[in-house]
Amino acid sequence: MARRDTPEINAGSMADIAFLLLIFFLVTTTMDVDTGISRKLPEKQPEDIVPPILKEKNVFEVNINRRNEILVEGDQYMKVDQLREATIKFIDNGGGTAEAMAKEDLVVCSWCEGDKDPASSDHPKKAIISLQSDRGTSYATYISVQNELVAAYSVLRNRYSNAKFGKNFDRLTTEQQKVIKTDIYPQIISEAEPTK
Amino acid sequence: MSKFQKKKKGTPGISTASLPDIVFMLLFFFMVTTVMRETTLKIQQPKLPQATEVKKLEKKSLVSYIYVGKSKDGTPGDKIQLNDRISNVGDVKSFIFGERAKHKEEDIPFLTTSIKADMEANVGTITDIKIELRDINALKLNYSTRKGSALDNIKN
Repeated sequence: MARRDTPEINAGSMADIAFLLLIFFLVTTTMDVDTGISRKLPEKQPEDIVPPILKEKNVFEVNINRRNEILVEGDQYMKVDQLREATIKFIDNGGGTAEAMAKEDLVVCSWCEGDKDPASSDHPKKAIISLQSDRGTSYATYISVQNELVAAYSVLRNRYSNAKFGKNFDRLTTEQQKVIKTDIYPQIISEAEPTK
Repeated sequence: MSKFQKKKKGTPGISTASLPDIVFMLLFFFMVTTVMRETTLKIQQPKLPQATEVKKLEKKSLVSYIYVGKSKDGTPGDKIQLNDRISNVGDVKSFIFGERAKHKEEDIPFLTTSIKADMEANVGTITDIKIELRDINALKLNYSTRKGSALDNIKN
């Protein structure tokens, strides 16, 4: 009786099977990176708190109504694409005089390139952006406006860090970023309760 | 002469025997990294708005998601989804407390809430959520957006 060897299983198609599985997982894998606009909510204030007195020229008022129209400073009707420029102009105004700033423990904004208009903001640290929307405003408009306001700050921060350090803001060290965030162009966006 | 002729062989083919190994290695990599979606959406997939000033969310384990969008059956108004069910604004607090209970105490200040809201949602709904979050000191917030021009939001 001739002894017959059991034939070996052909493993040549193993690669094909593995490829098939590989392609399945390649297709189903979603490397979705979650991105978004980060904001920090204000802490809850006690009921009886007295709001600080602000000069009106230091407040940049943005209103969005339920028809998604934007009103700036109470009298200018604006489209979203004009908002960034107007915001930059306001923050970067730096209209405070030396003696007025000394009272507030600040120095005159020497890095500001704005118009130095006395009727607009004194200093980036004093400039407050107040955003009020309506309950019926669409989320898309709201996000666009938020985005433009944040963008105005990043434009200014990038400009400053490029002039001073020769690179963009997000390439600076954490220490350098902190200085810009607190002393040069702090982001002060206040959100009022929406109108009903 | 014949000695030289014997040597004429041609280049040997590259062995493909290790190909399955390489493919398997890749396969295991993708199998391990694949994350199947944890929550199934009970509302319509929210159409996220676009923005340019986006930041990446780091440490996904510290993020809790709140979905806001239209209901699947077309009833009007915004629906809020927490975990696996449609809820109302009042449930946001207990949802956040539940999320906090899952984490270590030292991580709690770093917990971020990400709002994935539809472009057509109302700001009122978002504000209601924000007030709830503020009440319980969940202050880190992220409006989930896609990367793109913010001006495109309004056109369509």
